[in-house]
Order: sequence, then C-alpha cells, then structure tokens
Amino acid sequence: MIAPSFYLLLASVLFAIGAIGVLVRRNAIVVFMCIELMLNAANLVFVTFARQRADVSGHVYVMLVMAVAAAEVAVGLAIIVALFRERRTVNVDELRELRG
Amino acid sequence: MPLSDLVFYLFAAMVVVGAAGAAISQNLVYAAFLLLAALFGVAAIFAWLSADYVAITQTIVYVGGILVLFLFAVMLTNRITDARHSNPAVGKRPAALVSLGLFGVLAYVSIETPWKHFDVPAGGETTHLLGQALLSTYVLPFEVLSVLLLAALVGAVVMSRKETPKP
Repeated sequence: MIAPSFYLLLASVLFAIGAIGVLVRRNAIVVFMCIELMLNAANLVFVTFARQRADVSGHVYVMLVMAVAAAEVAVGLAIIVALFRERRTVNVDELRELRG
Repeated sequence: MPLSDLVFYLFAAMVVVGAAGAAISQNLVYAAFLLLAALFGVAAIFAWLSADYVAITQTIVYVGGILVLFLFAVMLTNRITDARHSNPAVGKRPAALVSLGLFGVLAYVSIETPWKHFDVPAGGETTHLLGQALLSTYVLPFEVLSVLLLAALVGAVVMSRKETPKP
C-alpha cells in the first residue's frame, strides 16, 4: 500500500517542474504545457484526498478543473496561433505591447 | 515489495521524467510527446487511487484532446525544421532557486504531516456517485461550467478564423 504522502510528494514534484518550466521557457506553447502540468498536480492532490476520505466531491472538482483547462487551452492556443499569424513569433519576451 | 507497488513506482517515474522532459527539452515536438507520457502516467495514478471515471476522462480529454491541440499549435506556429531553435530558455538560476524553494516547502508539508492512511476500502466504481453529485450538490457549478465551455469554444473559433474582408 502506497502512503498518501507519496502521492502528495509526486504532486509537489510535478508542480515544481511546471513552475520551473513557466519561469524558464520563452515559447508560449511550452509555457502553456507547463501550466497544464501544474493543473495536473493540483488534480492529483484532489484525487488523493478524495481517496483518503472516501468522498466523491474531490472527483467533482477534478472534473471542473479539467473543463476549465480545456477551455483555457482552446482559447489560449487560438490566441497564440493568431499572434503567430500577425507577428511571426511566439516568444513571450517579444510580445510586450500590453506592458504599461 | 509487491508487484503492484513496483508498477506504481514505474508510473510515478514516467510522470516525473515526462514532465521534466516537457519542461526542459529544446525541441518542441519532443516536449509535446513527453507531455503525453506525463499525462498518461497521471491517468494511471488516478486509476491507482480508484478514481476510474477521472482516469478515463484524463486519458480522453488530456491525451485525446488537449495534447492534439498542442501538436496542432506546434505545427501551425513553427517550421518543423527549426523547432530545435524556437524554444530558448532564460534566467535558469533564479527560476531553479524559486522552484526548488517551492518544492522544498511542498515536500516538507507532504512528508512531515501525519496524514491519515487509506484505511477506508476503495469503494468500487465511482461513476454512479459522481453523476449523482454533479446533478444534485454541484448542479450550479456544473451548469456555469457548461456555459463557460460554450463561450470559450465559440471565442476560440472566432479568434482563430482568418480575417474576412469587410463588405
């Protein structure tokens, strides 16, 4: 039997890897992938505690997170593709017009 | 060590290696395929936590939907030949510091806290309970979410369409 702390540790590793990817990478698509990793880490924690408490509410929250993630990816990738068509780049350091 | 634990550790290693590869790899296409390994591993771990419906949804939504979207975006925004040079990394040292600190705090909490072990037996299939919860206790978030999803998808279609000349 695997202890709950191991699942939580795995989620921490996943979240830290996602965070480092968001901070280091300059390609907007990879930044998006790393955000997905962090959302997955959060989902893993939700499901772990749902299992621990034998309560299905955690699964409901995972469903909500997944739907929001899908909406976010659809809109985000549409923005990225439109930006690339306009500017021929997806480097987040070169896309800074909205900075005050 | 029982065989099931061994298989679990294999899946955990697959998640970590896939995620690290997706975050570190210079090649966008490799990053997308390593993300596939990580997402599959997470689905397997959901199955380990006896969350059958969530595991299947993870496979269908993430691997079948989101990852394909990512691959399309990679192919639409980069010439495959220069995928190797289109993914630069900056500020490695401060980023590593921040994320190691974050990991330290999270790992300390998850190891040091005396979590209650999984003493409740796994309750079999969850689809029935999940459906009941979604349509009774959580019916308002569920409906709001459907409207959000519809709005987001219509927005995505509008945004990614080619500009048509105004009449």
